[in-house]
Amino acid sequence: MEELWVFIEQDEGEVEESSLEVLSKARELGDKYGFEVVAIFLGDGVKNKAEEVGKHGASKVLVVDNPNLRHYNSELYSKVMEKLIMKYNPNTVLFSATRNGRDLAGRIAVKFKSGLLAHVISLDFDESKDLVGKVPGFGGNIAAVVKCIESRPQLATVTPGVFEIKEYKSTFEVIEEDLGVELEPKNIKILSKEKGEYIDISKSEKVVVAGMGTGGRMDLVEELAKLLGADVGVTRPLADIGVAPRDIQIGSTGVTLKSKLALILGASGAPHFTSGIKDCGLVITVNKDPEAPIKEYSDYLVVGDIFEIIPRLVKLLRGEENA
Amino acid sequence: MLRNIIVALKVVPKPEEVTFNPETKTVDRSKARNEINPADKNALELALRLKEKYGGKVIVVSMGPPIWDKYLRLAVAMGADDAILISDRALAGSDTFPTTRTLATAIKKIGNYDIILCGEESSDGGTGQVPPGIGEWLDIPHITFISDIIEISEDGWAEVKRTIKGGHEILKVKLPFIAAVELGCNTPRFPDFRRKRWADREFQLTIWNIGDLGLNPEEVGLKGSKTIVVDLEEVRPPERKREVLTGAPDELAKKLYELLKGYL
Ligand SMILES: Cc1cc2nc3c(=O)[nH]c(=O)nc-3n(C[C@H](O)[C@H](O)[C@H](O)COP(=O)(O)OP(=O)(O)OC[C@H]3O[C@@H](n4cnc5c(N)ncnc54)[C@H](O)[C@@H]3O)c2cc1C
Ligand SMILES: Nc1ncnc2c1ncn2[C@@H]1O[C@H](COP(=O)(O)O)[C@@H](O)[C@H]1O
Repeated sequence: MEELWVFIEQDEGEVEESSLEVLSKARELGDKYGFEVVAIFLGDGVKNKAEEVGKHGASKVLVVDNPNLRHYNSELYSKVMEKLIMKYNPNTVLFSATRNGRDLAGRIAVKFKSGLLAHVISLDFDESKDLVGKVPGFGGNIAAVVKCIESRPQLATVTPGVFEIKEYKSTFEVIEEDLGVELEPKNIKILSKEKGEYIDISKSEKVVVAGMGTGGRMDLVEELAKLLGADVGVTRPLADIGVAPRDIQIGSTGVTLKSKLALILGASGAPHFTSGIKDCGLVITVNKDPEAPIKEYSDYLVVGDIFEIIPRLVKLLRGEENA
Repeated sequence: MLRNIIVALKVVPKPEEVTFNPETKTVDRSKARNEINPADKNALELALRLKEKYGGKVIVVSMGPPIWDKYLRLAVAMGADDAILISDRALAGSDTFPTTRTLATAIKKIGNYDIILCGEESSDGGTGQVPPGIGEWLDIPHITFISDIIEISEDGWAEVKRTIKGGHEILKVKLPFIAAVELGCNTPRFPDFRRKRWADREFQLTIWNIGDLGLNPEEVGLKGSKTIVVDLEEVRPPERKREVLTGAPDELAKKLYELLKGYL
């Protein structure tokens, strides 16, 4: 049977959830079009995690377990993927469109002279089993339906959060691959890694979003968020200047929110940002400009100065003032 | 002393000014103003800083239509030593495969490179696939999402900072390599007025066609691509109430409170 592969990303043994979203979707496509779904799992000590991965739709988990694969390294990972693809000739290889997934897929595509669909928001095959996906462009306002032609394997990276993680009851095999190649990095070596606590706001119920209009006054935003029981997100420029971690940045190059409530302070509503709030429930924005493009994306646009309105709102929420 | 530092730079329409015509299913870029792809400006800034520290020559290379001329001149005004535009009708419709092929071929022709910098992604297409793809054509290491090149040592290794989920990592990479530079990781400089005037009036832009690169028309453009666009759609913003609330700050705070109360 032809194989449909999903690259399962991990870091120090921790599996990237969005890879499991892709795997779950792959299983659905595999059942529909008659592909065997294979999870490709590279890492250090990941053998005993294969069970955790496989249940999300694989009929086979191919494991490459090596201490040098503990962290992502474009040199080693692309070398291993190349060997595996040459050995098994999969029809399709899917990746989650994370930083590492995109990094790896871009290299593999040229290696195999393959078509690669970038950060798709839908995925299917056509009658000749060519991969088809919807690729958002221009910050997400326009989507192109793009199809891979000819060459194999065909590749796609999938935008995180588009598909749901599912569990399947069927059994799967775990196969450990010994590639018989040396896995010493020659050109890229990791010296150190610094990771803070990772905050995943893609699943938050309530989010307060700070834009440049807050002037980076995160104290005020955080206080408000706390009173609302909400998490904090930011627009890209605030992450750029370093007042907030990159992980809580919303938009086409960040997180897509699915919150029931989004309160957005001082964001103009650029396309690269608004593509991250389209799935929110109630959207309330505060902006001193009544004509800011964010209006189109708001249920309520409160026109005024954040620094005059928010401290008063904070007082009301604290019960210090009567509403 | 570094050898050439090459920056692959592209010009994009401002995303908010691009419109879509649902009837003809075409993207209208004609009313949109162009700009140097924002992340590529960060790449150029990083290249210029490297040059200041380690020497070398900063060369900008771009694959696009002749109207990009003025943006390449802007890059020269910012401080690039040379600029090359690869322009050919046959290149129209290129996806990443022929794009990386063409750029890699041009980079080989320029030669003598130690570092190639790109932006993390382009704001129109936004695939981020070009930098790793060029790396593969040139058979050199690639690193994406870097926010800095901290140091380059005598023995030909660079220490770079790469953004990862939850933080960053410091990597050592061997020269020559290609890196994709994170959008917003530095503040691109403004061109000096006199250099700008020189760049606009006197600087000689190099233009190559595919023949200059030894590529034939089948290898590039639509024909050389591995993907095809079968349809275009507008992604409509979700229906929203779009109610505008105005008034004195006190009133507005109260209105907000009323709206939020149900979510506490
Ligand atoms: C390739 C690419 C990818 C990108 N990806 C993303 C992304 O993922 N996410 C993202 O957010 N951006 C992204 N951007 C950047 C995006 O294009 C915009 O530049 C950015 O979203 C603007 O952020 P902002 O709305 O916070 O700031 P601004 O555009 O500066 O808007 C600030 C707003 O605050 C209002 N304001 C100012 N002061 C006050 C006050 N005192 N009270 C009330 N209102 C006030 C102003 O009226 C204005 O509307 C990307 C850009 C590119 C090129
Ligand atoms: N036509 C082009 N000419 C020069 N550089 C390009 C071109 N297309 C892409 N690049 C470079 O590759 C980066 C990533 O582009 P992309 O993969 O299209 O998102 C850009 O930021 C540029 O640095």
